[in-house]
Amino acid sequence: MLELIVISTLNGVLFGMLLFLLSSGLTVIFSMMGVLNFAHASFYMLGAFFGFQLTKWIGFWPALVLAPLLVGAIGMAVERYGLRNTHKHGHVAELLLTFGLAFAIEEIVSMIWGKSPVDYRVPALLDFPAFTIFSTNYPAYKLFMLGVSVVIFVALLIVLKRTRVGLIVQAALTHPHMVGHLGHNVGRVFMAVFGVGSALAGLAGVIAGPALVTQSDMAAALGPILFVVIVFGGLGSLPGAFIASLVIGLVQTFAVALDGSLASAFGPLDPSAGPSVLTDIWNVTIAQVAPIVPYLLLVIILIVRPMGLMGTRES
Amino acid sequence: MRKLTLAIAVIAPMLGHAASAEDTIKIGYIDPLSGGGASVGEGGLKTFQYLAEEMNAKGGILGKKIEIVGLDNKTNPQESLVQAQKAIDSGVRFITQGNGSSVAAALSDFVTKNNTRNPGKEVLYFNYAAVDPSLTNDKCSYWHFRWDAGSDIKMEALTNYMKDTPSIKKVYLINQDYSFGQSVRSDARKMLGAKRPDIQIVGDELHPLLKVTDFSPYIAKIKASGADSVVTGNWGQDIALLLKAAADAGLKVNWYTYYAGGAGGPTAIKQTGLDHQVFQITEGFANSGNQSAMDFEKAFRAKVGLSLWYPRAVNEMRMFKAAAEKANSIDPVKVAAALEDLKFEVLDGGQGLMRKDDHQFFQPIYISSFGKLAANEPFDEENTGWGWHLVSKVDTAQAMVSTTCKMARP
Repeated sequence: MLELIVISTLNGVLFGMLLFLLSSGLTVIFSMMGVLNFAHASFYMLGAFFGFQLTKWIGFWPALVLAPLLVGAIGMAVERYGLRNTHKHGHVAELLLTFGLAFAIEEIVSMIWGKSPVDYRVPALLDFPAFTIFSTNYPAYKLFMLGVSVVIFVALLIVLKRTRVGLIVQAALTHPHMVGHLGHNVGRVFMAVFGVGSALAGLAGVIAGPALVTQSDMAAALGPILFVVIVFGGLGSLPGAFIASLVIGLVQTFAVALDGSLASAFGPLDPSAGPSVLTDIWNVTIAQVAPIVPYLLLVIILIVRPMGLMGTRES
Repeated sequence: MRKLTLAIAVIAPMLGHAASAEDTIKIGYIDPLSGGGASVGEGGLKTFQYLAEEMNAKGGILGKKIEIVGLDNKTNPQESLVQAQKAIDSGVRFITQGNGSSVAAALSDFVTKNNTRNPGKEVLYFNYAAVDPSLTNDKCSYWHFRWDAGSDIKMEALTNYMKDTPSIKKVYLINQDYSFGQSVRSDARKMLGAKRPDIQIVGDELHPLLKVTDFSPYIAKIKASGADSVVTGNWGQDIALLLKAAADAGLKVNWYTYYAGGAGGPTAIKQTGLDHQVFQITEGFANSGNQSAMDFEKAFRAKVGLSLWYPRAVNEMRMFKAAAEKANSIDPVKVAAALEDLKFEVLDGGQGLMRKDDHQFFQPIYISSFGKLAANEPFDEENTGWGWHLVSKVDTAQAMVSTTCKMARP
């Protein structure tokens, strides 16, 4: 039992940190610009495919740097030529633009790389078990993912809260004209923020690609859970997203580990007592419903605390 | 005027199809070409295209060329019906599908209804991989033919092998949460319980179909259960990711699987280092030792760049040809009649039979293990240097199971 708890905690933290890596960019963009970017998971997918392609040409480590830069550049172009023009038409137009973009990116990716998974492997340098707990190995690559996530979290917090750049970015959101009068190019600030957010998604893609599956529907598969993370954590709050990622990672992992059902808690229903649908529900284990638990959390938090765990803004 | 233009626009393509249908036989291939099932779906499409090319080079069927029409169903029953209707509208009279028994059940029902409503325009459904036993039992249809062995037939063979392996003491079941996965789990429980009551089932897991991206939590659970063997019917990315997570965590158990050889599976097994500890049950495999099958495998790999994952697709297409020639017609009704009780020499050797009672094809079944190659085994998988090795062969007669099918005949 202790073994299962320790291992599940580790697995949960690892998955949670990956979620954070993904949602950090989304949170940064939202908190700075007020744009809910539906195409964020698509930038993540682009990162994975660029990472795969560049790894084939120039190796994993250069790809780790180049692919996020490429994705960031695409993000900046989207802001400059897309979002900036739709901004005056309000949030719905912006939302629809990113929504359409998500579909376009998925189609383009499947046209170029096909629809089946590509063979994106963990780099040889990190392809070994790092340590063993209770005879379960932990791949070094997963620890690497964990390390990168922590570094990103700390770096983002410092930049936003402690530096001049962060100050200007935050000021530009609430008082764009004042910041403009002080001689800063507000448009460029927004473009840079969107670029950094997209690049973070790209980085998550490069890193997660070999550990999970790199294929053209990966954005659609991970997109919904990202929104759970940022809404649960509080829209626009970086520490909130961090905590929410960990909570969701752990909850999902532990839910899989639990075999409990209503039947095991209260005893089996007599099958002759009621319709079979009831006994079916009675016997469903927590493990079986694990995938929907995060969405249940989302619903509950929206009812109880609509601004999320650490959010300040009503959604 | 506009109405006339519209009418022409609608009718003209139909005429075009009608004309081209004269000289080609279109087979609608409805399977996942995107999403989690895409790796197996694309492999299947390439296999059927290869088989069609091979037949066309030899003059086709009754002088007609065969064309495979690939249709993406995203492993979704509803989407499959849309694709099937689209195919039928464009002149397809034969459809083939394999991945996902929930899809197969929907298609079988759809084709049956279609044929009742459109006499003279019947459609045949060739199932090459959906193995839920109900498809040839209580849900059987005259218009559905299955070339793969049902999951109960495979489990019968698998448990017969496990029965004689005394080292198996604790078994963990992990399967996809839909009709096929559930039938694997209940068959395994039932048959192991009858043949080896001393074996403990220490876990019985169902997980969402083709949705899990990381199986580490499941592997942790298997490990904690103390299982020495795992039985799984997982396919597509679900088996590859399951084995990958096991390899990452260093889980050392014996694996009894239906589809460990699917794309990504062999690579993951090689990583686990489980030499000849992963077993698979199939109707044929690369190193079966049958010369003509091995020649076919060699040519197939050279052309397509994949291992032959569906020997049954070969049997299906060749039997289709045999039935059409026997009936001297490509009319689906006559082909269906000719297929019934048709005996056929299968690719990997031995005689198979399309049983009239339930339209299930019976053939020899093999259990093979994955590991280092022996001297007379030329084929490895996914460039791992490891390949499949014969462990046990079940002859056609022993692989027969009874059916509860009460077929409505036209």
